[in-house]
Amino acid sequence: MSSLLEIKNLTTRFYTQDGVVRAVNGISYSIDPGATLGVVGESGCGKSVSMLSVMRLIPDPPGKIEDGEVFFDGRDLLKLSDDEMRRVRGAEVAMVFQDPMTSLNPVLTVGFQIGEALKLHQGVNDKEARRQSAELLDLVGIPNAEDRLDDYPHQFSGGMRQRAMIAMGLSCNPQLLIADEPTTALDVTIQAQIIDLVKRLQEQLGMAVIWITHDLGVVARLTKRVIVMYAGYIIEDAPVKMLYGSPRHPYTIGLLGSLPRLDAPPGTQLLSIPGQPPDLVALPEGCPFAPRCTFVADRCLEENPGLETVAPEHQVACWEKDKTEGVWASVR
Amino acid sequence: MSANTENGRDVLLKITGLKKYFPITRGVFQRHVGDIKAVDGVSFGIHRGETLGLVGESGCGKSTTGRTILQLYRPTAGEIYLDGVNLADLKGSKLQHMRRRMQMIFQDPYASLNPRMTVGSIIGEPLEIYKMAKGDDKKRRVEELLRLVGMNPYFASRYPHEFSGGQRQRIGVARALALQPDFMVCDEPIAALDVSIQAQVVNLLEELQERFNLTYLFIAHDLSMVRHISDRVAVMYLGKIVELTDRNTLYTSPLHPYTVALLSAVPIPDPVIEEQRQRIILEGDVPSPANPPKGCNFNTRCPVAQDTCFEVEPEFEEIEPGHWVACFFSGSLSA
Repeated sequence: MSSLLEIKNLTTRFYTQDGVVRAVNGISYSIDPGATLGVVGESGCGKSVSMLSVMRLIPDPPGKIEDGEVFFDGRDLLKLSDDEMRRVRGAEVAMVFQDPMTSLNPVLTVGFQIGEALKLHQGVNDKEARRQSAELLDLVGIPNAEDRLDDYPHQFSGGMRQRAMIAMGLSCNPQLLIADEPTTALDVTIQAQIIDLVKRLQEQLGMAVIWITHDLGVVARLTKRVIVMYAGYIIEDAPVKMLYGSPRHPYTIGLLGSLPRLDAPPGTQLLSIPGQPPDLVALPEGCPFAPRCTFVADRCLEENPGLETVAPEHQVACWEKDKTEGVWASVR
Repeated sequence: MSANTENGRDVLLKITGLKKYFPITRGVFQRHVGDIKAVDGVSFGIHRGETLGLVGESGCGKSTTGRTILQLYRPTAGEIYLDGVNLADLKGSKLQHMRRRMQMIFQDPYASLNPRMTVGSIIGEPLEIYKMAKGDDKKRRVEELLRLVGMNPYFASRYPHEFSGGQRQRIGVARALALQPDFMVCDEPIAALDVSIQAQVVNLLEELQERFNLTYLFIAHDLSMVRHISDRVAVMYLGKIVELTDRNTLYTSPLHPYTVALLSAVPIPDPVIEEQRQRIILEGDVPSPANPPKGCNFNTRCPVAQDTCFEVEPEFEEIEPGHWVACFFSGSLSA
């Protein structure tokens, strides 16, 4: 099976007054049709910027996609003209953003905003757009969908707005849905509703989903494969059970250890990762995690490790990966 | 003092029937047309040296409870006893005197530090206001406080924008500690921080608690973190506490249907466990606190609600020793 999306050596930088921000530093991965992929990392790790680069939504200036290829369905999205890209966006690849309050237009009705994409990409008339919009709202579980089309975003609750955003994303049956922290602003009971919804829709419609999040719990529930990013690099890429069962990168181990778990015995001490993520303007030479790493060796300070395979479908970027085997099992 | 002991343990803070309503007004004459019942009859006690976790979804009134306890909002009704003194009765200098003993750590470390003040003057300001130290004394005390929260004393001359979120939160903690308080309200102190930094701040709070015998009211929506830090946990829904008990009981055998559903919604970072977990997905949203439903607050979303629940409001009762629940059918829903 050929992959749906293949990213090769994607590099995005921002040219700011303070210097060059190296947001995404040559990442490569691919995703198959109908698959789910989780991309996790802390703020500033490049997870959102890499997806915005795929969608060609990086503001230029100051941002610039410096290098790389993004093959979607056989075409390099980075080489398309603006017009061609506009036809891909929303129709073939759709994105759902984190904050439903700022990504919906407050002065247009929800119905208009969902219908807009339908009219643009599928050339349907107003009446048909309205009918389909109502169907979509119904699909994402908004009661009285037909009446709610005439509501403005402020009349919706946070969870409903996020559902409306998902309805917009789904409107043209995309092959790939990129969800950028769609549940971060929501409460846990609403988050559970949204995760359930996306899982169900994915099974019904057969689209691929990339779920960007900082919440390792959500990823465990939703995806089959996970990529961990740090300082603009992919540092670990593994099937979800492998990543949570035997993580190999010291950062992944630290991240899992710093999470309190509902099922942990009480009184468990949290492992914290000392220090803080590096400044992307002045990335250290060598491994970007070296200044915070407990396994650090001389080589880590000089040379940045690339991803290497440690088990089937499990890749890690770490020089000391032989020493990290079994560490997670011993600390948890 | 017999008035503020309970089961032989010293109760530092006790609140009874606390209410805080925000008026809704209309028109030019600000006609009073209703109330937002942010906190609607909340009672609990916190023992000295204990951490009480207060959890709930956004808008449930947990932050308002914290702020009303500190008298940042004056309560609409109810009593708040700190060491036997009712704060709701106090005014002026008497209240200021009590305020020294209770402090707050805020959610947003970017908004809670004045960008035009140096770290030294931020931490030193409470010392000056309460005339506890000045000059070289103050400088020494500020340096000591910075060291206490794991920062370099040399940072005193820098400005907040030079620090990351985690470091700013440490500055906020140092400021709260300056007056050697007994009681601290931690209002979502880690919600704005990255995962790896959250653990640093929580570990610091635990360390300080042990060292100074601090009492915390830890407000958060992250149930796993609350379980980690708290001795007892109160669950709030729409202005009321629906369940209150010790940490282990709450997480292993919750009785209120809302607590059960809430716990089942929290994802566990382990795909193997996630595959087997049963989830109760609540339908709909939290009703507006301006117009709460008749009967039990939770009846609009409760999977086990019966006719009584729509008519009568359940009492907050002690069902087992130390386990308080407000539900007619407690224990009937299990995940």
